[in-house]
Amino acid sequence: MLVPDWPLARLRIYEMARTNPIKTFLLWELLGGMWVTLKALFRPKITVNYPEEKAPQSVRFRGLHALRRYPNGEERCIACKLCEAVCPALAITIESTVAPDGTRRTSRYDIDLFKCIYCGFCEEACPVDAIVETRIHEYHMEHRGENIMTKDKLLAVGERYDATITADKTADAPYR
Amino acid sequence: MHSLPQIWNALPGFVQSLAFILAVTIVLILSVAYLTLLERKIIGWMQLRRGPNRVRLFGIPNTEYIGQPFADVVKLLLKEIVIPARANGVLFRIAPALALIPAFATWAVIPVAPGFAIANVDAGLLYVLSLTSVGVYGVILAGWASNSKYAFLGAMRSAAQIVAYEIAMGFALVGVLMAAGSLNLGVIVEHQRGMVAAWNWFWLFPLFVVYFISGVAETNRAPFDVAEGESEIVAGFHVEYSGMAFALFFLAEYANMILIAALTAIFFFGGWLSPFDGYIAAGSALRELPVLGLLIGDGTHWLLVKMLFFLIVFLWLRATFPRYRYDQIMRLGWKVLIPVTIVWIAVEGVLCWFRIGPWRA
Amino acid sequence: MFVEILFYAFAAVLLVSGLTVITSRNPVYSALSLVLCFVTSAALWLLIEAEFLAIVLVLVYVGAVMVLFLFVVMMLNVNVERVRSGFTRHVWLGVLVTLLVIGEIVGVVVARQLGVDPTRGGVPLAPGYSNTTELGVALFTRFAYPIELAAMLLLVAIVAAIALTMRKRRGLRVQDISAQVAVRASERIRIVKMDAERPQ
Repeated sequence: MLVPDWPLARLRIYEMARTNPIKTFLLWELLGGMWVTLKALFRPKITVNYPEEKAPQSVRFRGLHALRRYPNGEERCIACKLCEAVCPALAITIESTVAPDGTRRTSRYDIDLFKCIYCGFCEEACPVDAIVETRIHEYHMEHRGENIMTKDKLLAVGERYDATITADKTADAPYR
Repeated sequence: MHSLPQIWNALPGFVQSLAFILAVTIVLILSVAYLTLLERKIIGWMQLRRGPNRVRLFGIPNTEYIGQPFADVVKLLLKEIVIPARANGVLFRIAPALALIPAFATWAVIPVAPGFAIANVDAGLLYVLSLTSVGVYGVILAGWASNSKYAFLGAMRSAAQIVAYEIAMGFALVGVLMAAGSLNLGVIVEHQRGMVAAWNWFWLFPLFVVYFISGVAETNRAPFDVAEGESEIVAGFHVEYSGMAFALFFLAEYANMILIAALTAIFFFGGWLSPFDGYIAAGSALRELPVLGLLIGDGTHWLLVKMLFFLIVFLWLRATFPRYRYDQIMRLGWKVLIPVTIVWIAVEGVLCWFRIGPWRA
Repeated sequence: MFVEILFYAFAAVLLVSGLTVITSRNPVYSALSLVLCFVTSAALWLLIEAEFLAIVLVLVYVGAVMVLFLFVVMMLNVNVERVRSGFTRHVWLGVLVTLLVIGEIVGVVVARQLGVDPTRGGVPLAPGYSNTTELGVALFTRFAYPIELAAMLLLVAIVAAIALTMRKRRGLRVQDISAQVAVRASERIRIVKMDAERPQ
């Protein structure tokens, strides 16, 4: 309201008080607001009691990273560095070498969890489904440097949660 | 072997007074602790949350939140008190105490039980008014001594707001003292004896509403909490306070809430009078029942029930209403509440003259 | 005995804080010392059983007036050096006033010793005596007209202060909250019924 029309504005509050004095002076609308919160007081609460209860998770959840192996134990990663190239946060560092069996393998595969934005592009870029993001989201670091996931750590995560990862990938496969 | 009452009576007067003061203070501090918990629970429930439910008392099962206040206190005690560079050290340190002292000192004249107050002062109502108005110094000095813009803005807002609402509050109390014909809080309560409709709220309803609203504003509680207005000035006058110094401000705010709740109960809802007064006759058989008889009679428990109700209303208001804008707060105080009180005092004067209502001649 | 000790303690605090009011370099300290002055004087008045005056002193001066004083002093950031520059020039006035006050006090004491005591000595009052009631009765019976006059004077002063400072400016963008509150849905929204598609 820019420049109020003073006499008229005055009249309106008087009119309101005249036509509905009870509502105006009993602060009816404020009581209405309080009635809403009073009803909410007795409604069932929707908070999830986190450590005891957990919200459902999608099979596509993007949490902690893992490097997978083939069922015969062979590393999937072929050091193509596509994930390193696609990573928008520059969180992945890869160095490659020639393995004793003549294949190209990574000698270093580091993911900096502080840089990672969990976008899942590495997973999408990977031609052999080696790097994946698991459902694990409850993890922490206590010391400097623990934020770097080295190749060994990533492979260890992959081995430990192999069953879940495989199940999730299978469930998601029809939509890809 | 002396019995306990005998030992008590043998004590010198000032020891008895000290014991009463100690008792009231301890009860008050404990109530403040649990009021913070109640606030977090009730506001949580009103927002469909559960509120704090992680701290058990000594690990006893099913006491999931009882320990919360103690956990908070321990946390605050262990924190460092940071004094900002170029802050005024002395004033910075005494400001929390200045905020807290009036909130506790006012309890001296509150009639907590039939015919009992720590100090039965004749001008009790004035004492209450003057101490609540002194409470603002803690806020102003905290804001100024912090050497911080936000703190200073919060302090200035709070000072202007409290001075403005004090007037409405004082006028509302003029109505109460006209009704009771005394400034003594005990007499004011006693004067309301009768049924529920004889309590002051019925004849002084506008004054009751004004008093309670000014009480909310005076304690800087939502929706009048622009003095701390998180969204604009971080935490207002106590931004620079941490640890126990902050806790003292917290304590003062909640002690003031409890005080306003008690005063509202005393001035407008008959203090420790029982609501069954006019309905169950004094000689009725119900009064003779062992426990129920005591419960339906007058006593401190009724004051506590009424206080609890008003405290919940405080929290309820906070859960319901968004913060007022500062100019609207000032407008409400000066242009709405004060005229309402003046009009009702005039009406009361007329009613008094024609002997309508329960006025003291 | 106890009362005497209290009296001298409060009087000492009062004197010291009174001195700080005029000697302090920081205006905020001056204002705070003045607050302390008021509180200790209230305590002294309580000692002579003038509880109404004591409480009203705290209520009005400490609770309202000094808050506004502090408010202004803190906001303005007064330049103390400039204010104090005239100190030596005006000191004779201060000395004169001090001597006058001392003279008056001595006069009262001397008059009392000569047996001309207008107060007829302080007599302890009965326990049921209420200072507040007595004051109220005096103000609303004997002094009803003077107090009404004083009240009118204050009212006129308030009205004058507002009239002097309030000016209407053209084109000022202000809200009229009464009008905003009184607004109804029917005045703000026009619901138009129309077809979902434009007719072909």
